[in-house]
Order: sequence, then structure tokens, then C-alpha cells
Amino acid sequence: MHIDPLEKKWVLISLGMSALFVSIIMIDALFHSVNAPSNVETIDSRKIHLSKEFAEDNLGVQVADNGDITVRMVAGRYAFFPKKIILPAETKITFRWVSMDVLHGVHMPMTNMSTMIVPGYVAQVESSFPRPGEYPMLCNEYCGLGHDHMWSKAFVIDKEEWEAKRAKESAALNTTAIAKEESNNE
Amino acid sequence: MNNTTAKNLALSHMWVAFTAFIVACFMGQFQVLERSGLFESLTSISLYFTSVSTHGVLMAYVLTTFFIMGFGYYTASDSLKIPIWNPKLAWAGFVIALLGVVIAAVPLLSGLASVLYTFYPPVTAHVAFYIGVTLLVVGSWVWCGIMIVMFYQWKKSNPGKVVPLAMFATTANALLWLWTSVGVAAEVLFQLIPVALGLMDTLDPGLARTLFAWTLHPIVYFWLIPAYTAFYVFVPKQAGGYLFSDEAARMALIVLVVFSLPIGMHHLYMDPEHASGWKLLHGVGTFIVALPTLVTGFTVIASLEIAGRLRGGKGLFGWIGSLPWSNPMTLGVILSLLMLILGGFGGIVNASYAMNAMIHNTAWVPGHFHLIFAGTTVIMYFTIAYYLWPFLCKKPLVSNSLALVQLWTWFIGMSIMTTPWHVLGLLGQPRRISSVQYNNVLTMTWEPYEILMILGGLVLLSSACLFFYILVKTQFGATTEVFVGEVEYAEPLHEVKELPEYLNDFRLWNKVIAVLMFISFGVPILQFFFMDTYGSSAWGY
Ligand code: HEM
Ligand SMILES: [Cu+2]
Ligand SMILES: [Cu+2]
Repeated sequence: MHIDPLEKKWVLISLGMSALFVSIIMIDALFHSVNAPSNVETIDSRKIHLSKEFAEDNLGVQVADNGDITVRMVAGRYAFFPKKIILPAETKITFRWVSMDVLHGVHMPMTNMSTMIVPGYVAQVESSFPRPGEYPMLCNEYCGLGHDHMWSKAFVIDKEEWEAKRAKESAALNTTAIAKEESNNE
Repeated sequence: MNNTTAKNLALSHMWVAFTAFIVACFMGQFQVLERSGLFESLTSISLYFTSVSTHGVLMAYVLTTFFIMGFGYYTASDSLKIPIWNPKLAWAGFVIALLGVVIAAVPLLSGLASVLYTFYPPVTAHVAFYIGVTLLVVGSWVWCGIMIVMFYQWKKSNPGKVVPLAMFATTANALLWLWTSVGVAAEVLFQLIPVALGLMDTLDPGLARTLFAWTLHPIVYFWLIPAYTAFYVFVPKQAGGYLFSDEAARMALIVLVVFSLPIGMHHLYMDPEHASGWKLLHGVGTFIVALPTLVTGFTVIASLEIAGRLRGGKGLFGWIGSLPWSNPMTLGVILSLLMLILGGFGGIVNASYAMNAMIHNTAWVPGHFHLIFAGTTVIMYFTIAYYLWPFLCKKPLVSNSLALVQLWTWFIGMSIMTTPWHVLGLLGQPRRISSVQYNNVLTMTWEPYEILMILGGLVLLSSACLFFYILVKTQFGATTEVFVGEVEYAEPLHEVKELPEYLNDFRLWNKVIAVLMFISFGVPILQFFFMDTYGSSAWGY
């Protein structure tokens, strides 16, 4: 058998290049947790509306007691629900996506928020948005003849502004809740 | 030797391939026009998806499979100098595959199978579509069987001898296709057809995607191997030189076959139904399979350099100028390599695990595969056709210069079309959308790129028509000239007299593949049977 020394050198260079790419990916994945969305969690897509987590009242932006922000979204032909969400800039946000019908995908252009939404599974992605602005959330997997029109909007606003807005809203919410309770008591 | 059967098989298969191709090119042009949104009268979403589904199936399955089968039959018979084994069976395979195409075409063209060429469930097509696709695959399995039988027939009557490289590559591809098609066959037979017929209520879309991913990566190497075969066995001779290394070619082909199979889950990087460890494993494999392509590039360029220098080229780059640029095969390989280099950069982005999030399912992806599949691969299908047509029809090619114009225009058109397509992806445009107004400033920036794509499409369509014209005119034109000659296979720089069995046979590699497939797909597939999963029922679209 005859392999030219030059060819051997080239194979080594090629191996070196591949090894370099692989190591960058590995270092990012293992040490900086830069991973693709992969949480392997199942859900019954036909009963999404009955599930606790994705019942209509729980959709959209939710803030836990420790301040963690989770956005729960349902994809269904032909929109992502809720159709409009407001997010704080420069904050870690966990998205949880489910489909109530067929296969969808979603991405927000110019960001790394991207995932497939496979019926039967919960897709979870973490992202943060350094720049305020209006971001469309576009369906990127063919899901039927309305696929072109499947999109919703996210508004990313300044973190302080977002917090102020939230405080105001929850205050308003509290007053209505108290008012409701009082009227119930009567 | 009388190999009329092989010639007829080759011509029949290739005519099916190229008819599918030309029809699909018109559809492609309609698509770039429609999606630009500039032509009110063309706008029709249902027509767009009917068209994209048909264009995708014709290009990805019909053009490729039939071309590969036709080329394979001729190569087997011509390089081994033996007749086709069991011609009746070969024709039966042809008829089955063609019947499959016709059966699938009816629902496709009538809008009952607008599920795109990837047909991801639970969106479901008319059952005839799945049955047609199955028959096409079954027909191709007949071809695989015949290639493998002929490979061993020859080995048996030539013990200890080195199998001609052309046949080694063809058999490698047949074996690759057998392994590759298992995934999609399982999906269609055990999930899609039963659900489409109402025999099963639900299917698991996660499992379906995994089985399809099994097929989706190696299938692109199934399409590509004929191009590599021409790189190795035709190009060096046509350019006026020698193949730099026959052994390196064989090794590259083996690594290509073995490692293109266990890595399909890089198509599922963005999917929720698999854990990141498996994705990383397939990601590493993806970088391994880049090696044989890098080696192929090296070997081909080295062979071209030998040719250029033998023709009097001097200096570091002088040999490039002295290559026979007016030889279609030489021009084809140069343009093909250029597109491969550009496409290779894109491929590294796609393969890079987390970076994939930037471009996943955006317009970048069709931009990328038109460059590397419709470009790198298909331009070699053209050159192979130009090279073989005179042998198959016993008539000289109608015009060498028209062939050169056709190759150049295909390259130019592809560059014009795919560059803006990549940019659109970076600007966030999803793939697989017809004309859209998302009512957002971002989408306004897309418009100029759409116009460029139309321009590229027009150049491509003209080029495709020219290609078709050259073949028709060569075969059926009124000429009294008779073409005589034999296909010339490139000689290696160092003659190979004997080879270790592992470079002259596939038995060992078959076992290696089985082990690797079990490691990389065993748990990812079995997990669906151990987890509590919830099926989806079929949906229309
Ligand atoms: C005249 C030349 C061509 C034009 C103008 C063209 C244009 C297009 C367009 C606009 C799409 C739709 C993409 C989308 O909606 O995201 C498409 C899809 C596709 N094209 Fe082409 N194309 C051409 C030639 C080819 C060739 C030669 C091949 C391969 C051999 C090819 C393979 C495909 C495939 C497989 C799809 C399906 C993509 C999908 O389902 O996402 N095309 N083409
Ligand atoms: Cu969609
Ligand atoms: Cu792949």
C-alpha cells in the first residue's frame, strides 16, 4: 500500500482542524453549559388545556418567588399563545414551549431563542436578550397551509421599566382580587 | 463486450431522473417568484406548498435515486466487464420504482400530499403518497442487491485482485443506501401508513423524527458519492493526469460510508425529545465525517495539479491555468469544488451544535443545500451525463461549447441564488414559507434579497433547459456521425497490485456499521418504548 507523505500530512491537518472544532464545542457544552434545548420531558398534547402548567391562566410570563422568570407558551395552528409577551432585557429567561396539535418550530430572529416544538414533548430553552426591541416569534417548521401566518410578538423592554410595569400590574391585580373577594363575601 | 442491456438500463433510469429534474426546475422558478410577494397574480399558498412538496420529492428522491441507479448499472457492467446480473430483475426494479413515482405523483400534484419531502407527522398525507415513496425505495433495493451480487461475482472470478475503484465506490454506495433507508422505511411502514389507513390511532412524532434523522444524514452522501466517484475515476484522466492515490480514495469512501450513518441526530439538535449527550455524540461524529471530504478535496486537487503540470503548467498556481478548462469534466470538477468549499463553511456552522440555533430552520438551510446539493452534486451529474451520453447513444455530444456554457451558467446562477438565500437566513427568515408579510420592519429588509433570488433562478432555469436540450439533441438529433470509444478510467499514480482485504471488501465494515448504529441510535430509539410517551393523532394541513 502506498500513501504519500504529503497526503499523510494533510490527514493530520484535517484531524487537527476537526479536533479543534470539537474541543470548542465540548468546552462550551461541558464548562459553559452552552447546549441545545434537550430536556426530554413528555406531555399529552391532546390535553394541554387540561394540564395544570399550561392551562390558559398560566400562559405567558410568570415570575417565581425567587425572581426566576419562566415564559410558558402554547403553539397551535396558527399562532403562539399568548400572542404578545413583554420581557425584561438583560435577564435570564426560561421558555417552556408545547404544541397542542402538530410539529412546529420557533425562533426569534437575531437571538439564540430557537427550538423545535414536538407534540408530546415540552421544549425548554434559556435565553436572555441584551437589546430592547420588538422581536417576532416565527414558526419555522411547516405545520399546514397557515404556516406563513404563524407568529407572535415579544417586546423586550428595559429591565427597570419592566419591573415598574409589573409592580403596577400586580398592584392592580391585587386590588381587583380584593374587590372580588369582598363582593363574594357580601 | 456487448453491454446493450446496461446501456438501456442506464438511459432509461437517467431519462426518468432528468425529466423529473427539468419539471422540478420550473417549479423552483415558480417558488422563487411566488415567495417574493411581488406578483399578486401568482400568490397562492396552497399552490406554493403543492409545488415545494413536489419539487423537493422530485429533486431529492427521483432525480437522485434514478440517476444513481442508472450510473451504477453502467459502471458495474463497464468497469467489471461483465454483463448485468439478472437483467429481468433489474427491469422489474425499474418498473417498481417508476410505478412508485407515478403513484406518489398523483396525490402530490393534486394537493393531497403537501407535506414536503420530509413529511413530518402528525401532519399526514394521502396514503398513496407513502405507498409510492415505499415502492420507489423498494425498487432501489433491487438495484442495491444487483450491485452487491455483481461485486462478489467479479471477486469470485478474480480472486486476490483489486476491485476497480469505480465499482468499489458504486458498491459502497449501494451498501450505504441499504443501511440509510432502514430508518425512513421503518417510519413509513410502522407509523405513517398504519395511521394514514386508520389502522392505528396515534403515532409518536418524536420517534418518527428520530427514524427520519437516521436516514436524513447518510442520504446526502448517497447523493454525493456518484460525484466523488467521478472525481476519482474520471476527472484525473479527463484533465490529462493521474489519480494521486487510489488507496486514499478507498479509505475516504469507507470512512464516508461508515461515519455518515451514526450521526443523523445532528438534524435534531433543536429537538426536545433527546438528551444533550446524544446530540453531542452525533455532533462529534459529524466532524469525523468531514475528514473523508477533506481528503477527497486534497486527492482531487493533487490529481488536477499533476495534470496541469504534465500539460506544462509552472509555478505555484500556474498549473491551474494550463488545465483543460474546455473539457466539460474538468470544468465541472473545478466549479463543483468551488461550491463545495463555500458550502463546506456553511456546513461547519450547521454542524456546530449550539451555533446551529442561529440558523436552524431558517432560509440559510435551503440556501446551504442548494449550494452543495443542487450545486456541487448536481453539476457532477451533468458532467457525468455529458461524458457518458456519447457511449450510451453511440453519437458524439452535440456541442462541447454549449455544454461549457451550461456548466458555467449553472454555477453562476447557483451563486446568485444561494448567496442572498443565506443572508435571508441570517436575517431570520424561516425556511418553507411562501410570500409573507409579518408586519414587521425586519421583513422589509428581506425584499432585495428575494429579487436577487429570482434572478439566480432564471439563470438556473435557462441552464437546466440547455442541459436537457443537449441530451435530447445528442441522442435524437440527425447526425450520421458514429461515436466509437471506451470509457477511460483514471490510472493511479502508483499502481495498486494488491490490497488488504479490508480495503477491497465491505464485510468488516458492515459489522462496524452495525455496532456504531447500535451505539448511536440504540438508546435514542429504545427510549420511546421505555418512557411514558403520548401519541398524536393524524392531522390534515
Ligand atoms: C431552477 C433551479 C431551482 C430553483 C429556482 C429552486 C428553488 C427552490 C425554492 C424557492 C424552494 C423552497 C424553499 C423554501 O420554501 O424554504 C426549493 C426547495 C427545494 N429545492 Fe430547489 N430550486 C432549484 C433547483 C433545485 C435542485 C437542482 C435541487 C436538488 C437537486 C433542489 C432541491 C430542493 C429541495 C430538496 C427542496 C425542498 C426544501 C424543503 O422542503 O424545505 N432544488 N427550491
Ligand atoms: Cu408552522
Ligand atoms: Cu445531516
